[in-house]
Amino acid sequence: MNTPAIEIISLTKDYAVGFWRKRMRRSLDNLTLQVEEGEIFGFLGPNGAGKTTTLKLLMGLIFPTAGTARIRGRSIDDVRMHRDIGYLPEQPYFYDYLTARELLDYYARFWDYSAAERRERVEQFLNRVGLASAGNVQLRKYSKGMLQRAGIAQAILHDPKVIFLDEPMSGLDPVGRHEVRDIILDLKKQGRTVFFSTHILSDAEMLCDRVGVLSGGKLQGVGAPGEIVSIEVHAMEILFEARGDRPLPHELQDGATKIGGRYRVEVAEAGLYAALAQLESCDARILSVSPVRPTLEDYFLKLVRREQATPHEMEVTRL
Amino acid sequence: MSATTGPVAINTFREAVRDRVLYNLIFFALVMIGAAIFVGQISIGIERLVIVNLGLSAISLFGLVMAIFIGVGLVSKEIEKRTLHSLLAKPIRRWEFLVGKYAGLLLTLTVNTAFMTLGLAGALFYVGRPFVRPDVSIVIAIYFILLALALVTALALFFSCFSSPMLSTLFTLAIYITGIFAKDIRDIGEFTRSPLLKASARVVYYVVPNFHNFNAIASAAHGESIPFSLVVQNTLYAACYVTLLLLASSAIFSNRDLK
Repeated sequence: MNTPAIEIISLTKDYAVGFWRKRMRRSLDNLTLQVEEGEIFGFLGPNGAGKTTTLKLLMGLIFPTAGTARIRGRSIDDVRMHRDIGYLPEQPYFYDYLTARELLDYYARFWDYSAAERRERVEQFLNRVGLASAGNVQLRKYSKGMLQRAGIAQAILHDPKVIFLDEPMSGLDPVGRHEVRDIILDLKKQGRTVFFSTHILSDAEMLCDRVGVLSGGKLQGVGAPGEIVSIEVHAMEILFEARGDRPLPHELQDGATKIGGRYRVEVAEAGLYAALAQLESCDARILSVSPVRPTLEDYFLKLVRREQATPHEMEVTRL
Repeated sequence: MSATTGPVAINTFREAVRDRVLYNLIFFALVMIGAAIFVGQISIGIERLVIVNLGLSAISLFGLVMAIFIGVGLVSKEIEKRTLHSLLAKPIRRWEFLVGKYAGLLLTLTVNTAFMTLGLAGALFYVGRPFVRPDVSIVIAIYFILLALALVTALALFFSCFSSPMLSTLFTLAIYITGIFAKDIRDIGEFTRSPLLKASARVVYYVVPNFHNFNAIASAAHGESIPFSLVVQNTLYAACYVTLLLLASSAIFSNRDLK
């Protein structure tokens, strides 16, 4: 059996809060998750859901209250694990007195590259993220989008096997987002595993093999973007044209939206055949019948609203 | 230096070198050494004493300012600006990062001290004074200043691992000043009748680094020779303290959650 690229086991993080730091607030609650080699995994959730906490725990920037995680079979406490990973923090900040070229050269020194290999890599990755012409400009003069590109370059500079990207599309214009999508797809082609958090659900739908939705520190669901939404209640959409003089039945007339000369109506799946029969009886021309599947966004919003509607005590008592 | 601490040290040095504040400090230090020439000229017969005294004091004072103000920001600035997040995702242990930062600042201080020493040598050369054998004590005094700066940097780094730059500055300064008067504090303790005060004074004397031992400015100014045993003693003393402080800093920083 292959070792999973990322294996998160009951990962929990509590933060001490309050003046005396006696109360504990749970930021991540018993997260268990597995990501296979070569997968693009999207980590979705509203602000404060625990996405960045999870990534920080995996990077060893903060320490878990309980649980553990392994990356390519190595514990997150093992510094050797870091040889195989790349990480783009949320809203990355770098040494602003360095140029992008110097920054990448600095980071490349943590791997065993010769000076010539380092130079070559730095140039290659500056080109890859579109910063070749701005490579000698100090980072303090960079825009947010340029910093994001520099951040992506440093995350993939050493050909890591697993790449963690915290909100990689944040601050990028549509062209930049498209380029980042291309980079992520390229990484997948090379067999890399990409784990990224995002608010932009269309990106997740477009790129991810699987997504996990986190809300209130808890994992709410994991699956392929298509799979995760199919568990929702379906409706059926009928698109039709009215013909002749016969009036439409009231039930359909009331619920229908007129678009030009056409009507669109949503009916419950169980009532589909009855609705079609009614339309047939009034000589309507059926243009299409299609299932209405909620988008990932609908699913996401529903989860978040449910979370907000059922307040639960996330504070835990220090033992 | 390990493969991971080296790049951190070089980057820390580069950061300091690109900071304009540093140049201002060096400028003021050189101005002070230059002023020593003027004061020396109006001090008939004790020109050397005045120039060496003022010159070494300037090197010590400005070195101290750099050690504290850059030292307290070594870790806290990286945490505050979140530059640590991408760095610690690389194959580097937290203690290696700390040692790298420490080594980088020490390198900066050494280079600056070397520049200021050149300034002092230039001042002595300007007044037409030949270099003589007792001048070795000036070099030793500068070495002691560097040892004291190494200790101050380690203290600043230690405090910056768990407190804000403002508090770290206050703590480091407080310990430095207490350390200068450590012997006097012990002596005061000996004169009191209160056993508690006596014990407290002794604790302060043994816990706080004794910075008075590193002050050889007066000996250097008077051209007195400094015993080699003191050089060895001060080197070992500083090395032990710095090691302990770096170990304590690593222990604290290695278990700290980064926001």
